[in-house]
Amino acid sequence: MRAMVLGRNLSHAFGANRLTLVAAAILLLLLLCAAFGQFLVPYDPLMTDGTAKLMAPGAAHMFGTDALGRDIFSRIVVAARLDLGMAISAVALSFVLGLTLGAIAGYFGGLADRVIGRVMDTIMAFPLFVLAMGIVAALGNSVLNIIIATMIINLPFYCRFARAEVNVRRETGYVEAARMGGNRAPAVLVNHIVPNILPPMMVQASLNMGWAILNAAGLSFIGLGVRPPTPEWGIMVSEGASFIISGEWWTFVFPGAALVLAVFCFNLLGDGLRDLLDPRRRI
Amino acid sequence: MSALLEARGLHKHYPAGRGGVLHAVDGVDLEVAAGECVGLVGESGCGKSTLVRLLARLIDPTSGRILLAGADTTAVSQARFVTMPQRAQIQVVFQDPSESLNPSFRVFRSIADPLRRLLGIHDPTRLAARVHRAADLVGLPRELIARYPHQLSGGQRARVGIARAIAVEPALLILDEPTSALDVSVQAVILRLLADLRTRLGMSYLFVSHDLNVVRLLCSRIVVMYLGRVVEMAPTEALFTAPRHPYTQALLAAIPDPARRGERRLRLEGAPRSPIDPDPDVCRFHGRCPASSERCATAMPQLRPFGENHLAACHFA
Ligand SMILES: Nc1ncnc2c1ncn2[C@@H]1O[C@H](COP(=O)(O)OP(=O)(O)O)[C@@H](O)[C@H]1O
Ligand SMILES: [Mg+2]
Repeated sequence: MRAMVLGRNLSHAFGANRLTLVAAAILLLLLLCAAFGQFLVPYDPLMTDGTAKLMAPGAAHMFGTDALGRDIFSRIVVAARLDLGMAISAVALSFVLGLTLGAIAGYFGGLADRVIGRVMDTIMAFPLFVLAMGIVAALGNSVLNIIIATMIINLPFYCRFARAEVNVRRETGYVEAARMGGNRAPAVLVNHIVPNILPPMMVQASLNMGWAILNAAGLSFIGLGVRPPTPEWGIMVSEGASFIISGEWWTFVFPGAALVLAVFCFNLLGDGLRDLLDPRRRI
Repeated sequence: MSALLEARGLHKHYPAGRGGVLHAVDGVDLEVAAGECVGLVGESGCGKSTLVRLLARLIDPTSGRILLAGADTTAVSQARFVTMPQRAQIQVVFQDPSESLNPSFRVFRSIADPLRRLLGIHDPTRLAARVHRAADLVGLPRELIARYPHQLSGGQRARVGIARAIAVEPALLILDEPTSALDVSVQAVILRLLADLRTRLGMSYLFVSHDLNVVRLLCSRIVVMYLGRVVEMAPTEALFTAPRHPYTQALLAAIPDPARRGERRLRLEGAPRSPIDPDPDVCRFHGRCPASSERCATAMPQLRPFGENHLAACHFA
């Protein structure tokens, strides 16, 4: 019964929009790469080969090889885990923290609202990518620190969004009814308000995920964060960039395309997700 | 008469910009006896919903006290009151049933949540039995219990709102214009249901409406409000046969009555006074009242008795 309803909801969301279906297929592909990539690829992504440097795409190497003779296809597939992992962890953390802080600020107002608002304003006052660079430079180059930096620069968006969404619901009839039904403030927030703001928040998160991917990859691109020879899309684009002039286009085009594909996929999913999660469209 | 609910000197003021203060409720005394059905009428914006929220302890009064079965509910904070057994004793059916139901809750959860929280019923079988009984009482078909509010009609949502309020067996049910958001054809059905529920469950009602005809059918006593103040209260019969306050008289004259067609109606001229920073020495009805005199602009008329249980606040009554 439940599965059937879910199935109908899914088919409804996808049927309404073919692009969502495409995006979901891409996501599935990316997730498969992230989960099993290392077992699927034809070459060891770290294996260098002096005899096969900068080979153009061909039968042996689908996407060609880089300056050290490593198979670019294998490196891209294996990198999916790190790139998606960093972005998803960062978005999940800013989602949870932003929702918590924003909900508190929006529901209780007063001092909590002012303090939280001031902190978010402070974050927003910086150019965000520069702030992320500063955080990684200060904390040190590591995957964890990239995640923390990406989480921090995303936090204000989630926090403000949650605050606004909670604020408009604070005085609604059903919240008043919840208080009359014996719910204390935390229960009102968690059980009665948050379920209603999750759908729009999820849409935001999906739209935001593309940006988080670019951000994490961007940090590696400029040399902060993940270090060579780790396969990572940002590093690969950065390494390939030195061959733009000499014409070995495959060194940067394929990793760049992987980034574009991932960003595109999450942006498209945002809309589909909105349809899927809207309770008014539930059957 | 031992009052179930007793309000003394209730005030609710809101800041209204540029230092102004809006007197939404301005010194209301009110009693509802156990088992009694009291009507509260007055035009839109006169403070009926604000008074309802005060009495139900959903907002804090600026000043004044509210006693529920003798216990002062204003002596504890709202946060405390929510956890007290008395919270179940006073329940409200809100004006707009659509807005008062959580869009992400199925009907079952909307009705079950107060049962869990207020009565501590967590056992699934007992909980389901209570929810079903409440649904049966309000004539809500069982198969609708698994639905979301957006899958219900306006009348069905109204029934859910009523079922949620009566499920916890309150001693006092406050109905804030329970039918104003409904189609005319559904209004009559819901009113009949409410009248029927009261006789079956023996609750007290405070029935808010802007329609005197509706409260006349249900209530034994009527309270008339104007701009935050009670201007007249009387048993229903006395109010209809011998209204004392000019505002009550105007309300009665405004009721369409085929027997009096063609007669000259008493009409209210002029604009109502502002509820923001009202002069405490001027009658709120002054300027719109057909019987105004100089005294109305220098002394606020207080409620005075006119026969048994009949009070009115007018110098000329
Ligand atoms: N939360 C609030 N903040 C400011 N003013 C309010 C608030 N609630 C009600 N008011 C004002 O109080 C007055 C009475 O409103 P209300 O109690 O809703 O009247 P009614 O239910 O009789 O139509 C109105 O002038 C309204 O604008
Ligand atoms: Mg109202």
